[in-house]
Amino acid sequence: MFGLGILSGLLIVPLCGAAFILTLGEETEAVRRNARWAALATTVITFLLSLVAWGRFDATTSSFQLVENHAWLTETIRFKLGVDGFSMPLILLTTFLMPFCIAASWNSIETRVKEYFVAFLILETTMIGVFCALDLVLFYLFFEAGLIPMFLIIGIWGGKRRIYASFKFFLYTLLGSVLMLLAIMAMYWQAGTTDIPTLLTTRFPVGMQTWLWLAFFASFAVKMPMWPVHTWLPDAHVEAPTAGSVILAGILLKMGGYGFIRISLPMFPDASLYFAPLVFALSVIAIIFTSLIAMMQTDIKKLIAYSSVAHMGFVTLGLFTLNEQGIQGALFLMISHGIVSGALFLCVGVVYDRMHTREIAAYGGLVKRMPLYAAAMMVFTMANVGLPGTSGFVGEFLAMMGAFKANPTVAFFSVFGIILSAGYALWLFARVIYGKLEKPNLQGILDLDLREKIIIAPLVALTIYYGVHPAPILDTFAPSTEALMQSMKAALSTTQTAAALPPVAR
Amino acid sequence: MNAAQVVLPALWPALPEIILAVGVMVLILYGSFKGERSVEGVNVGALILLILALFTVVSQTGLKVTTLNGAFIVDGFSRVMKALVLIGSAAAILLSRDYFQRERIDRFEFPILIVLSTIGMMVMVSANDLIALYLGLELLSLSSYVIAAFHRDNLRSTEAGLKYFVLGALSSGMLLYGASLIYGFTGTVSFPGILSALNAGAGFGIVLGIVFVAAGVAFKMSAVPFHMWTPDVYEGSPTPVTAFFAAAPKIAAVAMTVRVFMGALPDVTAIWQQIFVFVAIASMTLGSFAAIGQRSIKRLMAYSSIGNVGYALIGLAAASEEGIRGVVIYMIIYLAMTLGAFAVILAMRRGGEMFETVDDLSGLSRTHPVMAFCLAAMMFSLAGIPPLAGFFAKFYVFAAAIKAGLVTLAVIGVVTSVIGAYYYLRIVKVMYFDEPVAPYERMAPGLRIVLALSSVVVILFWLLPAPLVGAAGAAARSLF
Repeated sequence: MFGLGILSGLLIVPLCGAAFILTLGEETEAVRRNARWAALATTVITFLLSLVAWGRFDATTSSFQLVENHAWLTETIRFKLGVDGFSMPLILLTTFLMPFCIAASWNSIETRVKEYFVAFLILETTMIGVFCALDLVLFYLFFEAGLIPMFLIIGIWGGKRRIYASFKFFLYTLLGSVLMLLAIMAMYWQAGTTDIPTLLTTRFPVGMQTWLWLAFFASFAVKMPMWPVHTWLPDAHVEAPTAGSVILAGILLKMGGYGFIRISLPMFPDASLYFAPLVFALSVIAIIFTSLIAMMQTDIKKLIAYSSVAHMGFVTLGLFTLNEQGIQGALFLMISHGIVSGALFLCVGVVYDRMHTREIAAYGGLVKRMPLYAAAMMVFTMANVGLPGTSGFVGEFLAMMGAFKANPTVAFFSVFGIILSAGYALWLFARVIYGKLEKPNLQGILDLDLREKIIIAPLVALTIYYGVHPAPILDTFAPSTEALMQSMKAALSTTQTAAALPPVAR
Repeated sequence: MNAAQVVLPALWPALPEIILAVGVMVLILYGSFKGERSVEGVNVGALILLILALFTVVSQTGLKVTTLNGAFIVDGFSRVMKALVLIGSAAAILLSRDYFQRERIDRFEFPILIVLSTIGMMVMVSANDLIALYLGLELLSLSSYVIAAFHRDNLRSTEAGLKYFVLGALSSGMLLYGASLIYGFTGTVSFPGILSALNAGAGFGIVLGIVFVAAGVAFKMSAVPFHMWTPDVYEGSPTPVTAFFAAAPKIAAVAMTVRVFMGALPDVTAIWQQIFVFVAIASMTLGSFAAIGQRSIKRLMAYSSIGNVGYALIGLAAASEEGIRGVVIYMIIYLAMTLGAFAVILAMRRGGEMFETVDDLSGLSRTHPVMAFCLAAMMFSLAGIPPLAGFFAKFYVFAAAIKAGLVTLAVIGVVTSVIGAYYYLRIVKVMYFDEPVAPYERMAPGLRIVLALSSVVVILFWLLPAPLVGAAGAAARSLF
C-alpha cells in the first residue's frame, strides 16, 4: 500500500493508534476506557502484524529481508528498513511485550490515561524502528527519539523521585549518544553513505576504527548499561511505573546489545578485537559488583534493576568473545532476559498495586495467601538465576562457554555471577514469598485476578518452553551469527597479514 | 553627455525591496492622514506587502544577477534568506496584534517600522559591497532601536531601546572601522574586488580589518563575546518585539556574515576560521550554561538564541559548501522553533496581565494540552532530539564540521547541546510534571496561526525533509 511494506506498517500502526487516542477528547471515565481498549487493540494488531512479518521471514539466510527503501534526506541517507536474523527476534520481543505493558497499566494508571497510552504507543514505534532501521542516521533517529516518551512516562507517572530519575535517564543517555552521532557523520564522509548493508562491507582504516568504536561504545555502554555508567538504571527503574520498567528492562536495554552486534562488531572488527579485554574487564566487574549490590537492596525493583545490569554483563561478555557460542549465548540471553525481567517487573507490579510499597521488609509469607503468584514468581526467579530448564540457563551457559574458549580467566570470574545471582534472587524470593504471614495488612491480600493471570501465564509458558527448546530462537540467530563470524574472520586475517608483512612490502 | 549613456541600472532584481519601500511610503501617508484609526488597515497592508514581497522573491528564479554597479546581488542564497526574513517579519506582525491592543500601545508605526527594518535586512542579505551592507544594516538597526523602546511609557522598554542603541552604535562603528581598513588595504569595497585583491596575499591591515568586521557582525548576531546586550534587550522589549528580534534580524545578521566571509574572504579562511571556531564555542558554552539559572522565559530565550547562533556558526567555521548548507538549514528550522516558542510565551496572559517566568508554565499540559504539546515539541527540538526538526539542524552543521576536520569543535558542540538540553527539559518538566495553576486566556488567532505552522514544520520535518534540504543546498551552492 502506497509503496510501503510490512515494516513501515509496524511503525505506522502504533502511531495511528496514538493519533486516534489523542482525538478522544476530554478525559472522562468512558474516554479512559476507550483509550485503554484502543491501546490494547493497537498493540495486539502490531503483534499480529509482526507475526505476519515473521511468517514472511526466511530464517535460513543471513541477508536483509523485507527491505524497504524510500528517498529521505539525500540520495545516500535514505529511509531504509529491513530485518535479518539479529533484528527479527528483537522486533517480535518488542511487539510481544507491548500488550502486556498496556494490560499491566489497566488499573494502576488513573490520571492522564490518554497521554500515557499515547506515550507508550509512540515508544513502541521508536523501538521497532531501532531494530529495523538499515540506515545509521535513521537508526540514530529512532534510538534517540525513544528518550522523549520514556522521559515523560517516568516523569509524569513515576514515583516520588521521578523528576530526578527522568532527568538522569534523559541526560545520561543523551550524552552517550551524541558522540555516536559524530561517529556516524565521520563514517558518512569516509564511506559516502550511511546505508548499513554497504557499511557492513566497508573496511575503515584501523586507526579510525578505534575512535569510531569508542564513540559507539559510549552510547551503547550507557544504554546497555555497563558498569560504571549504569547508575541511571536503578533510579529509572525504581521510579518508573510498572510498564515503564518492563519496557526499560525488556527492550530499551537490548538496544545497546543490538547496537554492538549490528554496528560495533561487524563494522569495526579490528577495534572490537583490540578492545575486547576492556569489555571483558567491565563485564566481569559488572557481573560481580552489581550482583553484590543487588544482594544488599531493600527495594524489590532496585534489586531486579541491579540484577539486570549483571545479566547485561553476561551479554557484553558473550558478544565480545567473538566466537559463535558466545555471541549466540549473548543474543539468546537478550531475548530471555527481555521476557524474564519483564515478567519479574510485572510480578512486582502485582503486589505493588495491592500494597503500594516495594520494600522487601513489608512482605513475607505471600505463598499462604497467593499460591498462584508464588508459583509464577518462582519460575521467573529460577530463570533469573539461570536454572537449567528455564530460558535463563541456555543463554548464560552458552555465553560462558564462549567466554571459556576466549579467555578462561574471565569465564572463571564470571561464574561467580551465577552463584551470587542465586544468592540475591533466592533470598529475595524467600523473604517475600516464604516466611510467616505476620504483617496484618497482608492478611487480606488477594491472589492473581483474571487479568493478571492472562498477563502472567504466557510469560511462564515461554520461559519454560524456551528453557527446554531454545532452538527456534537460536536457529533464527544462527545464519546471521555465522555470516558475522565469517566476515570478521576475513577482516581480521587481512589486517593481521598486513601487519605481519614487512613494511617494504606494504 | 548624450542621453544614450545615461542608462538606469536594472532594477528588477531589487523588485521585492522596491515593492516594500514604495508600499511602506503609502502606508506612512495613510497612517498619518487617518491617525490612530488606521492601525488595523496599516497592519493588514504591511502583511500584504510582506507576502507580496515573499512571492516576488520566490519567483525570482534566475541564476546569479548583480545590479546597481555590482553593489546588489540576487542569487540562490539571497532568495532563501530573504524568504526567511519576510516570513519572520510577517509572523512578528501576526504575533504583535493582540499584545499591542491589550497593552494599549496599538500604534500604526509598529508595522511600518517592521517593514522598514525588513527592507534593511533584505539589503543586507543581498549586499555585494561593504557600503550596501552598511546601508542595510543601519536601516535595520535604527528601526530596531525604535521598536525596542516601542512601549515608551514603560521604563524597561525605554531602557532596552537606549541600551540597544548605545551598544549598537558602538558595534556599527567597529564594523565601519573594519570595513574602512579593508577598503584601505585592498582599494575596493566590492566583495568580488576584495576577493581578487586578496589573491596577492593578506597583510596585517587586512587581518585587523577582518577582526573588526567580525566583531561588528558578532554583535549583530549576538554571539559571544559581544552578546551582553541580548538578555537585557530581550527582556525589556515588549514580547512581540523580542520575538521579532530573535527571528528575522538574527537570520539577516547570520546571512550577512556568511555573505561577507564567504563572498569576499573565502580565500583567506585561515585568518578568520579560528575566530569563528572560538566564537562558536564561546556562544554554545555560554548559551547553555547561563540559561540554566534563568527564571524569566524571555531571558532564557535570549541565552538560547545566543547558543543557537553558536551552532549555526559551526557551519560557517567549516567554511565549506556543506557548512553553508548547514547554516541555511539551521536558520530555517531556528525560525520555526523560535516563532513557535514565542507564540506560546505571548499566550501566557490572564486577567489582563502577562506572565513571563518559567514557573508560570506549571501544569500547562493540563490546562492547555495543545499549547503545552507544541511548546514541548519546540523545546525538544531546540535540545536537538530527533525526530524533531532541531536535530536535523544540528546534524547538518556538525556533519560539515566533521568533514572539515573540526572534530574538537564538534565534540564541544554536542556536549554543550546536552548541557543545554537540561534547561529545555526543565520547561517540559514544569509543563508536564508540575501541578497546574489557573488557566490562561484563549489564544489570539494570530498566535494560533504562527504556532500551528511552526509546529507542523518542527514535528513533521522528518517525514519530508528533502524540499527544505534541497533548497538550502541550492542556496549554498550559489555561493561557491
